[in-house]
Amino acid sequence: MKAYLFRGNILLREFPPDTLFDVNAIVAHVLFALLFNEVKYISTLEDLQNIESALKGKASIAFSYVRAIGTPEHRAVMEAAFVYGTTYQFVLTTETALLESIGTEDIKNAHLYFFHCKQVLDLTEQCRRTLMEPPLTTLNIHRFIKTMEAPLLTEVAEDPQQVSTVHLQLGLPLVFIVSQQATYEADRRTAEWVAWRLLGKAGVLLLLRDSSEVDIPQHANVVFRRAEEGVPVEFLVLHDVDLIISRVESNMHIEEIQEDEDEDMASPDMDIQDDEVAETVYRDRKRRLPLELTVEVTEETFNTTVVASDSIVLFYAGWQAVSMAFLQSYIDLAIKLKGTSTMLLARVNCADWSDLCTKQNVTEFPVVKMYKEGETPVSYTGMLGTEDLLKFIQLNRISCPVNITSVQEAEEYLNGELHKDLISYSSVSVLGLFSPNMTTVKEDFTEAGNCLKGYVITGIYSEEDVLILSNKYAATLPALLLARHKEGKIESIPLANSPAQDIVQIITNALLETFPEITVENLPIYLRLQKPLLILFSEGSINPQYKKAMLKLAKDKHLDSLIPCWLNLQNTPAGRGILQAYFDALPPLPLIVVVNLHSGGQVFAFPSDQAIKEQNLLLWLKKLEAGLESHITVLPAQEWKPPLPAYDFLSMMDAAASHHPTRKDPECTKETDASEKDKKQEDKSAIRKEPIETLRIKHWNRSNWFKEGGKSFTHDNKEL
Amino acid sequence: MDLWAAARLWGPPGLLLTWALHLALCLRSAQTSVPPSRDYCVLGAGPAGLQMAYFLQRAGRDYAVFERAPRPGSFFTRYPRHRQLISINKRHTGKANAEFNLRHDWNSLLSHDPRLLFRHYSRAYFPDAGDMVRYLGDFAQRLGLHVLYNTTITHVTLHKARQAWNGHYFILTDQMGHTHQCSVLLVATGLSVPNQVDFPGSEYVEGYESVSVDPEDFEGQNVLILGRGNSAFETAENILGVTNFIHMLSRSRVRLSWATHYVGDLRAINNGLLDTYQLKSLDGLLESDLTDLAIVKDREGKFHVTLKFFLEEGNPSADADAVTLPQDDNDNFAMRVAYDRVIRCLGWNFDFSIFNKSLRLSSGGKFSKKYPLIKASYESKGSRGLFVLGTASHSVDYRKSAGGFIHGFRYTVRAVHRLLEHRHHGVAWPSTELPTSQLTSAIVRRVNEASGLYQMFSVLADVILLKENAMAFEYLEEFPVQMLAQLETITGRKARHGLFVVNMEYGRNFSGPDKDVFFYDRSVGHTEDAWQSNFLHPVVYYYRHLPTEQEVRFRPAGWALPRPTAIHHVVEDFLTDWTAPVGHILPLRRFLENCLDTDLRSFYAESCFLFALTHQKLPPFCQQGYLRAQGLVGTESLRRHGVESGLLRDYTTADRLHEDGARRPLGSSRAPGPPVRPPESNKEEL
Repeated sequence: MKAYLFRGNILLREFPPDTLFDVNAIVAHVLFALLFNEVKYISTLEDLQNIESALKGKASIAFSYVRAIGTPEHRAVMEAAFVYGTTYQFVLTTETALLESIGTEDIKNAHLYFFHCKQVLDLTEQCRRTLMEPPLTTLNIHRFIKTMEAPLLTEVAEDPQQVSTVHLQLGLPLVFIVSQQATYEADRRTAEWVAWRLLGKAGVLLLLRDSSEVDIPQHANVVFRRAEEGVPVEFLVLHDVDLIISRVESNMHIEEIQEDEDEDMASPDMDIQDDEVAETVYRDRKRRLPLELTVEVTEETFNTTVVASDSIVLFYAGWQAVSMAFLQSYIDLAIKLKGTSTMLLARVNCADWSDLCTKQNVTEFPVVKMYKEGETPVSYTGMLGTEDLLKFIQLNRISCPVNITSVQEAEEYLNGELHKDLISYSSVSVLGLFSPNMTTVKEDFTEAGNCLKGYVITGIYSEEDVLILSNKYAATLPALLLARHKEGKIESIPLANSPAQDIVQIITNALLETFPEITVENLPIYLRLQKPLLILFSEGSINPQYKKAMLKLAKDKHLDSLIPCWLNLQNTPAGRGILQAYFDALPPLPLIVVVNLHSGGQVFAFPSDQAIKEQNLLLWLKKLEAGLESHITVLPAQEWKPPLPAYDFLSMMDAAASHHPTRKDPECTKETDASEKDKKQEDKSAIRKEPIETLRIKHWNRSNWFKEGGKSFTHDNKEL
Repeated sequence: MDLWAAARLWGPPGLLLTWALHLALCLRSAQTSVPPSRDYCVLGAGPAGLQMAYFLQRAGRDYAVFERAPRPGSFFTRYPRHRQLISINKRHTGKANAEFNLRHDWNSLLSHDPRLLFRHYSRAYFPDAGDMVRYLGDFAQRLGLHVLYNTTITHVTLHKARQAWNGHYFILTDQMGHTHQCSVLLVATGLSVPNQVDFPGSEYVEGYESVSVDPEDFEGQNVLILGRGNSAFETAENILGVTNFIHMLSRSRVRLSWATHYVGDLRAINNGLLDTYQLKSLDGLLESDLTDLAIVKDREGKFHVTLKFFLEEGNPSADADAVTLPQDDNDNFAMRVAYDRVIRCLGWNFDFSIFNKSLRLSSGGKFSKKYPLIKASYESKGSRGLFVLGTASHSVDYRKSAGGFIHGFRYTVRAVHRLLEHRHHGVAWPSTELPTSQLTSAIVRRVNEASGLYQMFSVLADVILLKENAMAFEYLEEFPVQMLAQLETITGRKARHGLFVVNMEYGRNFSGPDKDVFFYDRSVGHTEDAWQSNFLHPVVYYYRHLPTEQEVRFRPAGWALPRPTAIHHVVEDFLTDWTAPVGHILPLRRFLENCLDTDLRSFYAESCFLFALTHQKLPPFCQQGYLRAQGLVGTESLRRHGVESGLLRDYTTADRLHEDGARRPLGSSRAPGPPVRPPESNKEEL
């Protein structure tokens, strides 16, 4: 057997069949024969030098080494030559000696060099060479040559986010060197140097800061933009060219790894738990909890135990991580309350007592409910942690609102004497003052107090002598008195004819502090206000001077558009994570930042070289407001996407169906009545399938279909 | 009608009075010409009829059950003839979950009363039929169901009326000639007519319904049994030890229920004859089409099997001994021996006789004799407002699921009731609305305990309707899945933003009468092979849009549902416990995440806190928990595990801050994983 290649009726070549061992070999050989002029085959260094000197100033060279003719790499080179053969001189060798002589050590793999000969004017000068780093595939060569054609360095003045070059289309990142008029020449030299180093790996541009209308953070000298769409540009401060190079290369590295992972059939990551709650609960599964400190309630015992005494019931599911994590806090609570509380701590495992949970209107986990005799059960809506639940239980010991019966008692209530043991759980006590005849608003207040029961201490006073109190605290009836125990202050708030819901709102708002220490627990309450946060990060307690300055600013209404707060890194270590996200290099503490969470996500930092003083702060805030400050970073605005793909069983099933002859039933079957279907089933059962075959398919697919599955994930994701 | 309603208001304490009044009402209506009218009439007080009555009673509907016998469950007073039920009565599962336990209780009806569980009525794994009669009697009585006993409905017809719910009333006539007018007719009469095959000599054949159950009557006899179902084998089992031999003859090969997963096929408890057949005793199984046969009786009263063809050929009036027998030509013909008895056990058919033709209950098809013609919603194809319940409704899932048996139809009856509640009373299909962060849990809960999904696999499925932006969802249980296209009209719920369907399925090519279901390596353990699971396992379908009727009807062969946008199989589990964090829940979560294009992980409050101040958006779990001040705080020991696993970062050591001088770029991570995760943690775990 032999193969012949004809052009028209002229025989070009004949191929011994053993050279055409696969598709790659066939394509490579045929193209090699056809592109005889475009691709020069050489075997010595001398040949190469001759070609090089002949082409200087005329055309550039694509020189490639492949290990053998007919390999996939050879095919890739030939295909590239088919496209670019008229523009560049393609030179091919299979001689390792030749490769070594031009300074490559790695001779195992195929290589492609681009010789920049076209620009060379001085014939004594050598052509610059660029080695193509990715493996030799048609696509990679195409991408590489395209970048060789692109201008080495482009000057731009537009927003880096808007710039578009061939590099982006080829999936390569862009590096902008930020330049100023004053240093233009030096910057340009640097940029060119960088451009040569990054040729084929990234596009390099010179961004002129002065003519640019873009907001570039002050110190940033490099802007890095990834090829992926929608990823915001990064502003970097890099003082070494090598850092820029390594930045790009490390990024490529990540991409490569990710590609590898996609092709990896086992894709091990998918089976690794990335849910922190599930993982921590799982890791803790062998620890025995002192569950006996809480009463396990069943369907049978629920009525006798829970309904009979005041109780807190935790509804959880043994298989659900979140509720099992909370169960630990619940047990900790039981340890704390051991022997001190009259409240029964009970728990129901809904995995066992599903019907009971449904009856108690529990449809999600975990749920905590408080059952008190004669009252409708109340669901706990606070943080799922020991402290907050403890507070809820303690504050529920008193009725809310507490009925105060004398001025004397009211004073005790306000100064915290009355509920001494409770004020550590509620730093504020609220007292409603009403004339005895204000029945409607009294009812509304009582309802509001009930609503807030377990979260705030409320009291009510409406005796005849209420005027003594209203005069003392300069409150017009009806009114609320707010006693802030920590600060020892009592404020009054007028209470117009507000419905209960509004009263709840008034009270919750009044609980907010002017300059709170922000914590994991209280951040959500402040975020509700939908304002930018002004945070002072402090290692340990806040300096009283700073606090004073802030309070002064707040008092003078300079902070009304912000939520001023401070964060103690010792109490809230996660604050360090936040600082790391905000600052490249962390300036010394304390630090003040404004975080515009709800519109734009910009983060502004108060200059760390300035003293934290009222005047400086005010000036900075003014500049901020005027838009004169540039942000240090922008918080990412991406949606939270699936952390990893899922198994694409649909594709696997499709693959199985197309590989499996017995499955080749007509694609669709009309739904018929049961009898016909039944007949069909019987027919099918006539085709006996050996179990061993099934087995083999199972194993086979594990290694093969998976790749297909993996590929279509990305495709599917987009569709979804 | 008014009187009836008023009577019902007296409630259960006045039950006796109600009855009295009801009787009075009946008497009076008999005198006047206006028939008593009811919203719902149920025919038959068997398990399905009582189950429907229970739901109607709980919903406070106007209904009555008509039963010809003086007590409920009359079928079970006579059948099965040998008194042993083959539905399992599993009293222990090791679990307390009542819903889960119904997966292994095949006899109880659904009710809120835990005393009405069958395990309180029998200790036997395969209980006695008498216990079923007692159970059904208690069920009707304790729940105070309105059953009119000793009332035989002899004729059902249709009366057109524009004001009627369905444009017509069903007029029922009882044995006294009294008529009853019904808006909706629920037929739960079961299959009551023994199936007979007409062939020459069929008059010599004894029927299962009347054959002696005393083994002594078969002492030393040659017995031929026609049929290959459970009743045939049950009959054989009873006399196996006393006969000379038993031959069983039927058209198709024996189908073993443990090979087909279909409880209507031959159950192992009845298959003693298979054992002796294959162990070279004289008993045996033969396959032939009964309609080709003829049976002739010889002078000694023994029966010979021959072919109809020979009979037609010869002189029909000729003496039995003169008829050509197959062995005359073919001297090793299998059934050349003479039989002492021939018993027919060919199953049952629906009694069409009382239904007027105008109801169009029968079809022209092959099934027309056995089952009435109904849709997947159990409504008659011929007349709106007529539903078939119970055993007679088995055409929907014949030889597939359990719809012909108590442990299946108790759920389909509930589905029909939910449909009716919406159609006639504006009560939408019950559903629970939950935030997306609860999606994985909601599915895990159901697949681990739901009995309706488990028993009625691939017929009833849970449907999850997504709300706008997929921030919340509605969970609907046990919807007849073949009606998926009509979901909105049937349930009154909207499916505008995509949906999931949670179904239970056996592996496609696993089961069948001729398959080796015990082949080595039959089970799948790896999550990536889950789609090849063989045993019953949960399958979740995702549809971006509600499938159309066309798509449901022309779905791919062998699929329970139309082709979805994406599909997920939860890998089969030996213990049917799908709660393994990595093996079951994690892949399910990944699937849901990728369908909804969001991150469904759960986070501790501290992580949410960090995200809240370093990202403009938060994952759903933080949005729906932490941001509402309901974050999960966690304990110190959990935190430590988190740090060890690399999923949480320890910030308490201050010096870390300066070590990681190079800031992790905020916008660089493609998927915004927790930005706190150090990159090297990945490798450690690999």
